[in-house]
Formats: sequence, structure tokens, C-alpha cells
Amino acid sequence: MATLIFTPQLARFISAPEIHTDALTLRAGLETAFASNPRLRSYLLDEQGSLRPNVAIFIDGHTVRDHVHLNAPLAAHSKVHVLQALSGG
Amino acid sequence: MNDRAWMASRKGLFSLQKQDGRWALGPIAFLGEPVSMVLADPRDGAVYAALNLGHFGVKLHRKDAGAEHWTEIAAPAYPLKPEDSSDPVDWSVKFIWSLACGGADQPGVVWAGTLPGGLFRSSDRGESWTLVNSLWDAPERREWFGGGYDVPGIHSICVDPRDSRHVLVGISCGGAWVTHDGGDSWRLSAKGMSANYMPPERVDDQNIQDPHRIAGARDTPDQLWCQHHNGIWRSSNFGADWQEVRTAPLSNFGFAVAVHPGDGNTAWFAPAQADQARIPSDAALAVTRTTDGGKSFTALRNGLPQQHCYDLIYRHGLAVADDGRTLLMASTTGNAWLSENGGDSWQAISNSMPPVYSVCFG
Repeated sequence: MATLIFTPQLARFISAPEIHTDALTLRAGLETAFASNPRLRSYLLDEQGSLRPNVAIFIDGHTVRDHVHLNAPLAAHSKVHVLQALSGG
Repeated sequence: MNDRAWMASRKGLFSLQKQDGRWALGPIAFLGEPVSMVLADPRDGAVYAALNLGHFGVKLHRKDAGAEHWTEIAAPAYPLKPEDSSDPVDWSVKFIWSLACGGADQPGVVWAGTLPGGLFRSSDRGESWTLVNSLWDAPERREWFGGGYDVPGIHSICVDPRDSRHVLVGISCGGAWVTHDGGDSWRLSAKGMSANYMPPERVDDQNIQDPHRIAGARDTPDQLWCQHHNGIWRSSNFGADWQEVRTAPLSNFGFAVAVHPGDGNTAWFAPAQADQARIPSDAALAVTRTTDGGKSFTALRNGLPQQHCYDLIYRHGLAVADDGRTLLMASTTGNAWLSENGGDSWQAISNSMPPVYSVCFG
């Protein structure tokens, strides 16, 4: 099963423990997390379903470049890190 | 309420309380987070705070009367954009730029104006929101453009206390729009405004005006005031038409306006030198006040910095309390001042705040 690990920065606003999922794509994996934690959706995605511009996702260390479809494949033991992009000052 | 106020800032929501005759900063909520807007609802004592989290989007919180804690509630959100839409605008809330209470006869109704130009209405104290499609779908919206931000936004919402279905909104840059049926239909309401930043043939186009802020009087609601990009305008018929007021001293440029709740002939402005020099005129801060409907103004400086002052007052950075005498003003440089005599004199509340976006009493 893939593991989704969420930045601890989210804890300022919402609980987001790591989850394990047998989803085959990133979006399906995120939907697994949203199913048990509906408020999390608006923290990561905008209302059109795109990844927020300043949220970064890595799958097994590789940056997710497609912020719209989020259809990158997940392998059986993928580790997905959902992080804050570096921004601001 | 005249003895409590709020300041929404780049790094938190600051409360201000008058105790034993002195004003002092109180508890801070959301410390470190950008708070774009704050609204105190006199109908039920609730306070609303709009957060603009840099990473995680726009959020809305409410603190009920007597409650110790804030609760996250729903934030306005656009519906899914149709796949065949030709609208170049991203249907995503970038910023909550205005919040306003519905009428006294509409408990629970709250309005929200957003970037990129959508107006939202809640009938359940922000637990859910509906995009006002009648305005969003207006063909004229395609002509709106950003003023201060890359996309247009609704910064002013005036609800007529005589008839809650009568609402006027101000848009940068999309003029002023009014509804008489609670939002079912809208029409432009910026007749008389002019825009010298446009080509000559479009100077009087109502749909591209940049009213920086529109505010009205509680007891004389027909009287509205507008600090526009190109000057000061007033209306005596709830925006049906507008007349330019050319008598203000120092500068006709600025962002903020506050109107005496009991007297629509009295209004305060915070002028800046010019569009291209957004600092106080001659680096000396003044508030200008008219008490005769704009026939004359007084520049009020007592207690405000008069040397090397470069503060700008944003459009929501000046507010007057219900008593019509207590004023709060805060700046992009993190200064805050309060007056208890209609602006005749000011006391510094803080000189080291974060940049302040919005202030209100209540």
C-alpha cells in the first residue's frame, strides 16, 4: 500500500495523520484521505480540483509537475509527501 | 459597540479593548497568519475572520458571542467551471476582500465579496455559501479588470437598512452595482463617476470605474460616499447617480472612507499624495473630514506623525464606531491610531504592528 504523509504545518489548522491506501493514482490516493477527512480537501486543492499553487507533492522523491490532473501513478510501496512549497518572506 | 475593535493584519487578528478609560491591545488570534478581513455582526455578536493562508487557501472562521475559541466554517467557493466555458478567469477564491451583514430582518445572512470578482451569500452565518450567479454571469463582468490586484474584486457591500433586498457593491475595477431584489438581478450604478486612467472614449464607462471604497450612513442610507481612484464622489440616492466632490484638501487620491452612522453629511478620508506616490502628502499624515456633505473639509493632524511618515491606509483601514465619534485607523506600515473626538485628535495604539488590511468596531 502507498503511504501519504502530510506536512506537520497543516496541524496548525487541521489534523492530517498519514494514511495508507491501495489507490493506483495520486488523485485516488488523495480522495482516500479526503473521504475520512473532508475538510482537508480545501487545504490542498482549490475548488476546481487543482493542487493549490503553494502545495508541493513528491512521489518517491520526485516532484509532481501536473497540478491539474494529479493522475501520477502510485506503486505498491510509494511514499507520497504532501508539503508546503517554499514561498514568501 | 464602541469599546472593542479588531485589526486584521498580515500576521494575525489583533483585538483592541477599552478598559478603565484606556484603549489597549488585547488577545491576538491567528498569530502569524494573514487575515484579510474582519466583520463584527451587531445582530448576534459574532465576529468573522477571513484568512488568506499562503499555502492552504482562503479560510473563514467565526467566533460566537461569549465563545472563547474560533471555529472554522465554510469559506466561499466557486462552483466547478464548465468545461466549455470561455471565461478566462480562474474560478477560485483568491481573497475575501469584503464581508457584510445582511439586514436586521435577515438573521444569519452574511455577504462576502471576493477576488476574482464573485459575490457570495450565506443564510446560515457562514456555514454554507452560494455564489450570486446573477452578478457573476453578467456579460459586463468580462470587462472588469484588476485594480491593485491582478484580478477584479468586490471590496464594498452596502445593505440598505430600510430594505435588505437593496444592496450596492463596489468593484475594483467594475464600478458599482445594485440589486433591488436581494441579488436576483443587478444593474450598474456608477453614473457620474469618471476614470482618467482610461482612453477618452471610455472615461465615463460605468463598468470600468475604480471605486476604491464605498461606505454609507446607517441612519441616512441614501447618502453614500466613494473614495475613487480619481477622486471623491458622493451620492444622495443610494448610488443612482454620483457627484464628484472637488473640495477635499491635500489630495483627491486615497483608498479609505468612513461615514458617520447617524449623519451622512459627515465623512472621513485618509488621503495619499497621488497614485504614483502612495504616501501621505508631504510625508505628513492627515485625515480629512467633512461635516457638510463635502462643501468643506478640515485636515486633522493632531496626534498623527507630521514628519517622515510614509504610511498608507488601505481601503478598509479606517472605521468609525456606532457613536460617530470613535475612529480607528491603521496602516500598511503597522501603525494604529484611535480618536475619540471625531478625528480632532488621535492617540497612537501601536507603532509596531504588521501591515494592517482591515479594521472594525464591535
